[in-house]
Amino acid sequence: MSRFVERHPAWALISIIAIAIALWLVFAVWPPGLEEAIGRKRVFLNAVFNGITLGGLYFLVASGFTLIFGLMRNVNLAHGSLYLFGGYVGYAISTATGSWLLSFIVAFILTALVGVLLQLIVFRRMEGQDLRQTMVTIGLSIVFADLMLWACGGDFYQIQTPNWLIGPIELPLVTAIKSSGEPVYLRYPLVRLVIFAASVVIGVAMWLALNRTRAGMIIRAGVDDRDILAATGVRIQLVFVAVFAFGAGLAGIAGVVGGTFQSLSPGEDIRFLLASLVVVIVGGMGSIPGAALGALIIGLAEQLGSVYIPTYAIVVTFLIMVLVLAIRPQGLLARR
Amino acid sequence: MSLTHDARVAVRPADVAQRPARTWPEINNPAAWIVAIILLIMPLIASGFFLIEIFATTLILGIMALSLMFLAGYGGMVSLMQLTIAGFSAYMVAVFGVSGNANISLGWPWWLAVPMALALATAFGTLGGALAVRTEGIYTIMITLAIGAAFYYFTNQNWAIFNGHTGINTVATPHFWGVNWRADIPFYYVVLAVAALCYFAVEYISRAPFGLALQGVRDNPRRMAALGFNVNAHRVAAYAFASFVAALAGVLQVWNYRQISPGSVSVGACIDVLIIAVVGGITRPIGPFIGALIFVLLRTFALDFLVRLGLDGNRFRLLIGLGFLAIVFWSSDGVIGLWQRWRQSQRPRTDRQNGGRGHG
Repeated sequence: MSRFVERHPAWALISIIAIAIALWLVFAVWPPGLEEAIGRKRVFLNAVFNGITLGGLYFLVASGFTLIFGLMRNVNLAHGSLYLFGGYVGYAISTATGSWLLSFIVAFILTALVGVLLQLIVFRRMEGQDLRQTMVTIGLSIVFADLMLWACGGDFYQIQTPNWLIGPIELPLVTAIKSSGEPVYLRYPLVRLVIFAASVVIGVAMWLALNRTRAGMIIRAGVDDRDILAATGVRIQLVFVAVFAFGAGLAGIAGVVGGTFQSLSPGEDIRFLLASLVVVIVGGMGSIPGAALGALIIGLAEQLGSVYIPTYAIVVTFLIMVLVLAIRPQGLLARR
Repeated sequence: MSLTHDARVAVRPADVAQRPARTWPEINNPAAWIVAIILLIMPLIASGFFLIEIFATTLILGIMALSLMFLAGYGGMVSLMQLTIAGFSAYMVAVFGVSGNANISLGWPWWLAVPMALALATAFGTLGGALAVRTEGIYTIMITLAIGAAFYYFTNQNWAIFNGHTGINTVATPHFWGVNWRADIPFYYVVLAVAALCYFAVEYISRAPFGLALQGVRDNPRRMAALGFNVNAHRVAAYAFASFVAALAGVLQVWNYRQISPGSVSVGACIDVLIIAVVGGITRPIGPFIGALIFVLLRTFALDFLVRLGLDGNRFRLLIGLGFLAIVFWSSDGVIGLWQRWRQSQRPRTDRQNGGRGHG
């Protein structure tokens, strides 16, 4: 961090000012002039919270994607299909048993199994042929999409939020002051906050596992140079299978989360594939912190954009991607 | 870049050794003449439905896939936004020309609207290409896919120009010299002429100095840079040319359906163009047209075929996906590659004079 400040003092200053303004916008009571200019604070805070929690969901999808890419150089364009598959499995389990938590576990295991099968049957046969692997994943995503359409139909599904998470909670953030002088606090759905906290926990756990354990060391070594790693006697195929299974399982979990937040329907697979593509392009391919940063940026841009410039929300996301590509083609936090 | 590599390496030596640079390979190939004659007299053979729904649609999709084939086969850049460029050009024809949505369309005559659409779509594709060439290989796929998807969502949300998810309907088609150029037979010949033009243009460029330099860039960018070629300029120029070809296809497409909506620029449709090119084969310009014919035949007749087998007729995309997977698994060069391999296995001892027909 201090090196960044030394090398780019102007950028550091700009980002510090931006962070300060953002914090002030979140915590301060807005003066009336500002409320007239850009609308009420409650709307703004809701958009910010929606953006951050959506970023958590995007992180869950994109981190698996970026992990698989980082290690195997495999752009898994069937990742969106894994997301949707996990969502459908979660829906089936939660309606059958009524248990929300169980649906996460089953969705993780089943999508991880699909991932293992994909790696063993398909990708292992064409190792090192990046483009061909990508083509195969495109074919697979078409086949999966149609199979799921066949099995589940074109309806919308929503996974039932468990009772203990229904309803809003009050956050210690003042949105306005009543005429009586009483402050009005922000109310926000508890389930979204819980899910966001869970995705932060998963992200931190992943970072710790990658940076502090032996298995993580092997994976990082594989990202840097898998040939040398294989030459040192590590059973690289086993590592590949494990990472693919874990990345796919994360997509499955994200599917359950997405099914609770939003809804599941054909087409969501492509939407989330696109989201994870943009997130990892912005954050940097193969980097977990990059996926977190990218997910946060894209989630916030999408939600704030849809509140303040509704017709061009998607363009904002796209412009961010263009900007990053123009300034730092390898992504914000990539090391390359 | 393995997909393009494998097949190309096999055909290179014979090609260089045999042919003087300035002749068209089709002239000495009887099969090409037969195909050309059949295509020319097609209106005598086929009825209106076959003429437009099968052959004209095949040629239009083939032109789009041809632009992808040019980028992927000669430039080594797999771009998923070729359909988006075609769709942009189609939208521009509808916006500048005459359509049922009078509040949006500017009502220009077609001979002004079409060049405008072509120019804008080419500029759009070139800009997208300039963005995409900042990265390489699989990154290109992702960025162009993201551009295509962004355009799709944008057309869905924007009502001022693109008229949201309803799109622009009853687009006017050209009438001049007393001919309704959208009537079945004239339209077929228009499409055929454009397709032939694009086909020969791609083939010519592949052997012109620019095309050869582009293939050099594909094979070894660092070496080409060391030789003094501007690698990125060649790539962007390739995008510009491919965008123009795709834009032509877009104009024909909007005349064909007389309407354009976000559904025709969806992500699935972008991927269809890739499937067409890969199934046909991306080492030679004829590949995309073969792929398009297979795709259109499947799309039109898979329903009847599946129902006759006692299966659900709606599983057309499953069939397409499985076929695509099979092609990617077993042939690195699509149907052309399969055909070539079969011919080689038929006569292993001859000098493979037809084996060297590729220019890749």
